[in-house]
Amino acid sequence: MDFGFSEEQNLLREQVLRFMAEACPLATVRALAQGDEERRAALWQQIAELGWLALIVPEDEGGVGLKWIDLAVVLEEIGRGLLPLPVLSQALAATAIGRCGDAQQRKEWLPKIAAGEAVFGIGLYDDPTWIGPDAITFSGGGTLSGAKPFVQDGTSATHLLIATRQGDELGLVIAAAADAEVKAQPGIDATKPTATATFREAQPLAALPMSAADLGYLTDCGAVAASLEAVGAAEAVMRITTEYAKTRIQFDNPIGRYQGVKHRLADMFVDIESFKSLAYYAAWAIDDAAEELPRAASLAKAYASDAFARIGIDGVGLHGAIGFTAEYDVQLYLKRSKWVRSAFGDADFHYRRVAMSGMV
Amino acid sequence: MDFDFTTEEQSFRTEVREFLAANLPPPKERGRGFLNDWLAKVRAKGWVGFSWPKEFGGGEGSLIEQAILKEEMALHRAPPLGTSFMGLAWVGPGIIEYGTEEQKRRFIPDILDSKANWCTGYSEPNHGSDLAAIQTKAERVGDHYVVNGQKIWTTGAPWADWIILLTRTETEVERKHDGITCLLVPMDSPGIEVRPIENMAGERNFAEVFFTDVEVPVGNRLGEEGKGWAVTISALANERSSIGEVTQMFARLEALKDLVRSTRRQGRPAAKDPAVQRRIGEFEARIAAMKYNGLRYLTKQLRGEPLSSETSVNKLHRASLEIDMADFAVELAGLAGVQLPGGDEAADGGSWARSSLGWPSVVIGGGTPNIQRNIIAERILGLPKD
Repeated sequence: MDFGFSEEQNLLREQVLRFMAEACPLATVRALAQGDEERRAALWQQIAELGWLALIVPEDEGGVGLKWIDLAVVLEEIGRGLLPLPVLSQALAATAIGRCGDAQQRKEWLPKIAAGEAVFGIGLYDDPTWIGPDAITFSGGGTLSGAKPFVQDGTSATHLLIATRQGDELGLVIAAAADAEVKAQPGIDATKPTATATFREAQPLAALPMSAADLGYLTDCGAVAASLEAVGAAEAVMRITTEYAKTRIQFDNPIGRYQGVKHRLADMFVDIESFKSLAYYAAWAIDDAAEELPRAASLAKAYASDAFARIGIDGVGLHGAIGFTAEYDVQLYLKRSKWVRSAFGDADFHYRRVAMSGMV
Repeated sequence: MDFDFTTEEQSFRTEVREFLAANLPPPKERGRGFLNDWLAKVRAKGWVGFSWPKEFGGGEGSLIEQAILKEEMALHRAPPLGTSFMGLAWVGPGIIEYGTEEQKRRFIPDILDSKANWCTGYSEPNHGSDLAAIQTKAERVGDHYVVNGQKIWTTGAPWADWIILLTRTETEVERKHDGITCLLVPMDSPGIEVRPIENMAGERNFAEVFFTDVEVPVGNRLGEEGKGWAVTISALANERSSIGEVTQMFARLEALKDLVRSTRRQGRPAAKDPAVQRRIGEFEARIAAMKYNGLRYLTKQLRGEPLSSETSVNKLHRASLEIDMADFAVELAGLAGVQLPGGDEAADGGSWARSSLGWPSVVIGGGTPNIQRNIIAERILGLPKD
């Protein structure tokens, strides 16, 4: 029994922390989110060289052959720094192709994903509030036509992984981003851009079968990944707000002395510790206890969605007016919390899934 | 990361299960002599005082085996391993850490054998959360202390044989945490008067305890004079992982789900009501969080890393779950949820109605939720004291 990270995992965490501090501090995050494409490409190259994109890709397909629990360390730390690069989408693409692709497709695509040569955006669901096979309506089979909404990280992608439906059959297609009109959508969180991809009789580069179970697995992995990023991000809110509460003097005292402030920060700690534990367990379950993944992923994502949203709001609110300014960083995290709320199923969906699986 | 147990740990779990299969009849078949038999048997196994040194009659078991033992006991709804909860939870460990050889020989065996019941004399009428401000005086006169003052909310005082008592031996101190002395006092000492207090559930478990010129031999002092605060802190920190507690909470969640399944609201099955489903999911997530928090903190202990005040996290979860689950069940069952045991329509025999009145003993004892939040904010986040 050992529910902690290994020395190698701790070293990886230090590497990511150092990278975020030196190569991608929040000033850079803001620049990237505003479209500094040159810097984006350079950073993507750097993280590919560091091996983050290859972590969960099998060794004989050009990867490092590690597990999601190793990737978890990266996701938590890039969440802390709000890295606006599609590491999460890339990991889901690797997972999807590894699971649904045939030998030839895996050989063709996984090495490119691991090396960062192919940059993936992902579009799973057409319905904005619904997780499940029926929320996929985009028509597959043969050439692609029509609009796929909510394509995560589509704007900076070279390739798109799109979920499709043909009658009762689900599928995944890989398309070149250049073969679609990819329209960036304005969103609350500029570090998590989504796009609508419109195809006009485009030829997919590959078609992969996908069962409902595959789709569930991919969604659960996405939910776990978003929760892990939320752990780091929520801790950043707590750290920024705690520092402010120690130094901001009102009524002759640091505001952190007042229970109205300090208790809210203590509650943040309780909630973060808790969805951190749930998210770590779920990340471990992806590779080591797949039968427990649906419940574990739902517990983590449900708790994280609600708690992080509250933490984002309180982080801004406890600062007073300064927290509301564009210049101050805490607001960036509130924006992320809004994205986390709905990505891969919201709290309501996941809480009720947990309850129904054990009750009805 | 690894959630497997070693072969030795697994065989320990098997041993516990086999013991329970052989020695723990279903609740309805437990007759008059059952509890005494049970206590003697778990004592013979070395499971009482599981982590205490063998030298004093403990089991000297590992942290992980202790967690397994607690989990299995809670899973099978076994009775406690001894009659003196406080004796086993903190008085015994306190004596082992701070007591003299003579005190260890004198007190530990009776705690392990359930021969002595202990209560805890911390709170006073004017000092509960602000514990270090206690006023009950102990004056040194020759080879004994003379104690005067009053304690209150003393759980178990009506039937306790002993009290672990916090007293003030010095009043002129720089820090209020200094000058406190811990005494071990027989409850039948002349000058002690116990007045039970009825709680809102109608029980008389706690009491006011008055001390008038009570003489306590110096040999009954635990730790050094004036250094009693350290003894208290170490006692309060002695609660380890909350694994047994988590198992109990999962069992209560199952009972709550059963209630949902058997309840119709406004003519429709409650289990199909999205609002009910969401609440059940929220409870499950908080209990699961307690479980995995507990395992992370246990891992830290196993690795020899220092734990700060992280246990306050699960205490806060436990507190809100105790309150919210009972409150939810009472609302869910409507007017049947309000009926107490004995009521013809009482939901689940009135057990939720009773829990909805019983939570303060769990929630307030050992530090209120707001004190736990202070502890987290000050000791972990480093915010200024208020």
